[in-house]
Amino acid sequence: MKIHEYQGKAILAKYGVAIPKGSVAYSADEARAAAVALGSGVVVVKAQIHAGGRGKAGGVKVVKSPDEAYEAAKKMIGSTLVTYQTGPTGRVVSRVLVEEGLQLAREMYLGLVIDRSTQRPVLMVSPDGGVEIEKVAAETPDRIFKAFLDPALGLQAFEARRLTFALGLSGETASRTVKMMMALYQAFIATDASMIEINPLVVTTAGVPLALDAKVSFDDNALYRHADQRELRDLGEEDPLEIEASKFSLNYIKLDGTIGCMVNGAGLAMATMDIIKLAGGEPANFLDVGGGANAEQIKNAFRILMLDTNVKAVLINIFGGILRCDVLAQGVIAAVKDLGVRVPIVIRMEGTNVDLGKKMLKESGLNFTTADSMGDAAQLVVKQATVAAH
Amino acid sequence: MSVLIDKKTRLIVQGLTGREGTFHAQQAKAYGTNVVGGVTPGKGGTTHEGWPVFNTVAEAVHQTGADASVIFVPPPGGADAVMEAADAGLKLAVCITEGIPTVDMLRALAFMKGSSMRLIGPNCPGLISAGRAKAGIIPGHICKEGRVGIVSKSGTLTYEAIHQLTGLGLGQTTCIGIGGDPLIGTSFIDALTLFGQDPETEAVVLIGEIGGSAEEEAAAFIKTSFKKPVVGFIAGQTAPPGRRMGHAGAIISGGAGTAAEKMKALTSAGVRVVKSPADIGRAVADALKAA
Repeated sequence: MKIHEYQGKAILAKYGVAIPKGSVAYSADEARAAAVALGSGVVVVKAQIHAGGRGKAGGVKVVKSPDEAYEAAKKMIGSTLVTYQTGPTGRVVSRVLVEEGLQLAREMYLGLVIDRSTQRPVLMVSPDGGVEIEKVAAETPDRIFKAFLDPALGLQAFEARRLTFALGLSGETASRTVKMMMALYQAFIATDASMIEINPLVVTTAGVPLALDAKVSFDDNALYRHADQRELRDLGEEDPLEIEASKFSLNYIKLDGTIGCMVNGAGLAMATMDIIKLAGGEPANFLDVGGGANAEQIKNAFRILMLDTNVKAVLINIFGGILRCDVLAQGVIAAVKDLGVRVPIVIRMEGTNVDLGKKMLKESGLNFTTADSMGDAAQLVVKQATVAAH
Repeated sequence: MSVLIDKKTRLIVQGLTGREGTFHAQQAKAYGTNVVGGVTPGKGGTTHEGWPVFNTVAEAVHQTGADASVIFVPPPGGADAVMEAADAGLKLAVCITEGIPTVDMLRALAFMKGSSMRLIGPNCPGLISAGRAKAGIIPGHICKEGRVGIVSKSGTLTYEAIHQLTGLGLGQTTCIGIGGDPLIGTSFIDALTLFGQDPETEAVVLIGEIGGSAEEEAAAFIKTSFKKPVVGFIAGQTAPPGRRMGHAGAIISGGAGTAAEKMKALTSAGVRVVKSPADIGRAVADALKAA
């Protein structure tokens, strides 16, 4: 689960990571008040969306007075910000972070993730902050320094010192940075984070290290034990259909194509999208109904697919292991009858009780096309979507 | 032959008395697996569907001589169940549980370092040695005894591959679902190593998906150290970056973990990579003919 910068910073601060002074504002008036509270000097107004690349897209403004903060916030709040990470539709800004302006001496990178290959947490730093770390990794890999941590014992002071010196820091700044790294590790484990990125990690001209930005995301699997984190979910950042799907434990991601897909299992769902594309079509979504879906869930899944008005045809691809084909057929028939579905539906199913499922579809009197293989199903649905679009 | 499990395997079920545990224990037994008992803390001393239930894995091992476990416990206790299995001296644990927090698995995998147990999963369909035994949820009736090994990150896509092979008359040795989580016990390389040593396995199907670099690592291994023909498919060729596609591990981030990169790496290692998931079976038939 992604959270906003200001939320991430507040959590990090709780564990002892130094952050700039500031507060969140939901309106231009609140932004002005926030700037006044910071002493009416230079402040930074930062649009809060769950995507990076805000600076280049006009989502970060340095201003000199509370009135200018008001103006900047007025422009940002309610506007749509398009960055390289948001896609062409962009994200609507609902709030801004107003922070003290700082004189910066250094901009660096600090990140913590779990490395899959070594199965260890890895703390990464680079003296080149403020740019995408992937770019640094690709172009100048020798500018990234890593510590692979013991999963049982966690970050040790010597490891933090090694990275701090690799950044070229010294004296009081270095010891504060070591403390910041230790705090960051504590925050990561305690909150079940999946990633914490501080980019840039800055040192002010006074020698103080601070987290100028914070990108924090949490492990969805661990949200059950963090009620406070669940409160941080911003539904405004999510697609309405995806929110609706999540209410029924359906794994749905909206895409831009015309062929709705309903599949059981994430791998098969991705493979189904791939084969639609190979057949010349574009998938309208990713939808994994899960291994143990019941007729009611199938019906809800169908309803959500139909809410996407771009959908011109539907492909159902189910390999019934636990989910039996007769249960699937029952759910699909009920959904089509209740919802009055008008788009063509191609069904490919295989596995437990497949013959019974096929018989039920045939005897329903509804207009289903059945296919015996994934390849045939994809060809058929693409053809039907093309016909339907004309 | 087969790898990891066969008729001699003595399997216990952690979480036997739950709905899933019960159902799949019965399915495993019906397939011919020697299921010797189960573990549900607090229900020790009872019997469930004819099987003895124990409070701890250690007790189950002591009483039944079990050497393998399949885990169906809910996510909050998943990593703990893995550690308990390792501590009890089992050779193999297959963790089906979906949704175990990554930090928990981090600790469980560290805990396992001192043990000789192999973990499959978590968040996986488990494994099946065709015609012999199974530990997990792969439907037995789609399998057929033969000479193809399968290793896959995905569940139902594995069934799809098995189904295609069986439809073409190509049987399997062992099919292993390694799981789609960021942290898993058995990697592609581990599974390939096992298949490499199994004289009956003549070809391998490797099914990967977007995210991480396990497929690239497998490609490097195949290039230098794996002699049998491999057919590969990568799911998620059309997945948009930054979106987690169901599995916690299936996400393209910062341009890394794309299907294109993985397919390129596998192809350059001599793997027959198919673009369409419908072509897996036929590619295996071709590979076996050419071998």
